[in-house]
Amino acid sequence: MTTSTDPSEGTFKLSMLIYDTRYRSITIQIVALIGFLSFFGWLAANTISNLSDLGKEPSFRFLGEQAGYDVNQRLIDYSSQSTHLRAAFVGLLNTLLVAVLGCVTATVIGVFVGVMRLSKNWMIAKLMAVYVETFRNVPVLMWIVLFMAALIESLPAPNKFRGADPEATMKVFDSVAITNRGVYIPEPLFSRSLGDISVGSAFDISLDLIAILAVLFAGLWGARKLRQRADAIQESTGVRPVTWWARLAVVFVPIILLLVALGFHLGYPALKGFNFQGGTYMRNSLIALWLALSLYTAAFIAEIVRAGILAVSQGQSEAAAALGLRGNRIMSLVILPQAMRVIIPPLISQYLNLTKNSSLAIAVGYMDLTGTLMGITLNQTGRELETVLLGMLIYLAISLSISAVMNWYNNRMKLVER
Amino acid sequence: MKKSVFFGALTVAGVAAGAAAAGTLDDVKARGTLNCGVTTGLVGFAAPDANGEWEGFDVAFCRAVAAAVLGDPKAVEFVPTTGKTRFTALASGEVDLLARNTTWTFSRDVDLKFDFIGVNYYDGQGFMIPKSLGVSSAKELDGATVCIQTGTTTELNLADFFRKNNISYEPVPIETNAEGQAQYLAGACDAYTTDASGLAATRASFENPADHVVLPEIVSKEPLGPLVRHGDNEWGDVVRWTLNALIAAEEMGVTSANIGDLSASAGDNPEVNRLLGTEGSLGEMLGLSADWAKSAIMAGGNYGEVFEKNIGENTPIGLSRGLNAQWTDGGLLYSPPFR
Repeated sequence: MTTSTDPSEGTFKLSMLIYDTRYRSITIQIVALIGFLSFFGWLAANTISNLSDLGKEPSFRFLGEQAGYDVNQRLIDYSSQSTHLRAAFVGLLNTLLVAVLGCVTATVIGVFVGVMRLSKNWMIAKLMAVYVETFRNVPVLMWIVLFMAALIESLPAPNKFRGADPEATMKVFDSVAITNRGVYIPEPLFSRSLGDISVGSAFDISLDLIAILAVLFAGLWGARKLRQRADAIQESTGVRPVTWWARLAVVFVPIILLLVALGFHLGYPALKGFNFQGGTYMRNSLIALWLALSLYTAAFIAEIVRAGILAVSQGQSEAAAALGLRGNRIMSLVILPQAMRVIIPPLISQYLNLTKNSSLAIAVGYMDLTGTLMGITLNQTGRELETVLLGMLIYLAISLSISAVMNWYNNRMKLVER
Repeated sequence: MKKSVFFGALTVAGVAAGAAAAGTLDDVKARGTLNCGVTTGLVGFAAPDANGEWEGFDVAFCRAVAAAVLGDPKAVEFVPTTGKTRFTALASGEVDLLARNTTWTFSRDVDLKFDFIGVNYYDGQGFMIPKSLGVSSAKELDGATVCIQTGTTTELNLADFFRKNNISYEPVPIETNAEGQAQYLAGACDAYTTDASGLAATRASFENPADHVVLPEIVSKEPLGPLVRHGDNEWGDVVRWTLNALIAAEEMGVTSANIGDLSASAGDNPEVNRLLGTEGSLGEMLGLSADWAKSAIMAGGNYGEVFEKNIGENTPIGLSRGLNAQWTDGGLLYSPPFR
């Protein structure tokens, strides 16, 4: 015979929510949640009612109105008659451009410096330590402003290139002009261009670019197939056929043929009027921001990489050395793949930091999302709350996308335990 | 920047209702100081001198209002604002009055919910270029790189001007006047554009002002005036009539030199008497003391004196009165009557 000491189901009393330990923690959590939500509800309601009192009901209609201002760097068509929404989009693309450029450069420099800091060469290791410590211990805004000032003050103005005996000349076979307004590099041009297709009448995408990318991917796919075939032959016969020339040809020949067919040539910058015309123009605001963000974030990435490498047990490199691998192959085949598992999670936050730090662009007049939507648009329309909330949402979306991609990559690299 | 704007926006939400209801005049009197929004530094209009004392054309107006309300021209807390932060500062109640060469436009008056209380300087947007460029008209600036202060009407005027003349340009947005100056002097932009008065003030601070010229084209109307929050009419009246008092004083020949005699006892000119409080009760109607206008004029002199001292032809800035002369001298300054 058993006696039950549990209270019977039917005798639930309201006071048990507080006095019964089974329910108490849930009660507290629900009360806290309600309090938390009502606090924010009160803030929001208060904001909206006060704005209404000022006659400024929250409204996003301004996005459809004509912007009226010009933006110097635009990756899509934009003029002063375009809407504020399009101006925001121009800014968003500029943000993404500098973020992508910055992340790639920071990773390359960071990995290089991180590995070099572990070098047995005292000089190299100390130089890298000095780099890391100087860059990561000074606010990134200072670096951005410093780079900008250095570009403006130290490089020649475009009119220095003028005259029979100019003070400044173009570099690299007269094809690159480095001025204090930015760098002009040759641009690819197609004399028999395929033209553009417009997507939803909002964006034009160059068909040339699509064609080149398509041919390039087809070539890479073909090269991969050839390699797999070579692997299969090696498996079955033990002799590996020589395919390197066929794999090179399958990638490069179609691309070269396509470029010839499109009439590919380079457009060189030339001094005309006040500025250089032609070529691709990289403004010094972009260069300063890109360099500063990359070098600053690279210092952090270097430390992450160093930590990752040190986390791989010494026995791994000794074992690899015992197998007869050389130093650089030990690093690339044994150490780095294992170190990646330690490196990737903190690397994600560095990418996010870099992207968010790009909002300091306004310090050098780079027209990113903060400059257009949360800068000029905010000022011309007076819609502080709407523009800032919209801007925050967009940054949130960018950051979450980066996290998602990097988490996917992290899961792929993770140690598969059996 | 993002942060300050956001907190500004939140502050708008939190403070504005209270500020609007309480009455700025009472707030200022209770606080004992006037919070006045000025530029972050534009020589002649508002800039701290070597001793850290703010001085300039806009600053003098702030001091006149402080003198009228509190009887002390020194009772001013100057709040430096950029083109981008100024409206948030005013809307949130951080400043009681914005005297920051701000252009009076329809959308600022109506949509941004501010009250421009008058015009203290009639200006227009111009271009400054180095003389060595050999350009004599703004229409020759096709393809030029132009530095502009972002968050101003100049940005929109510039886009309109180049569009109208069908010429291209490359805008370089900058945040403050000092930054623009640095870029312009280094040759990173061919031309610098802002209000003609601002150009003159900027040029005056150059090492070799003579190497730079302001082009003759004035591409816009820029009536610059002090502004207050919409909806507080008592405070708006105080600021409006302080400006009118300075203008009227010049018209009636009341200067800081003779104001002592004129205000000692009622004289022959009834309007001067009413202005200086020796007759009538204009000060009381405003909720101020009877000698409010006297204090305002004593703070820095009448409009003409303030102009000559800060930006006039004998200063390094060297602006002529032009449109800013009294209507009796062919200018646009015209104060409504004091009665």
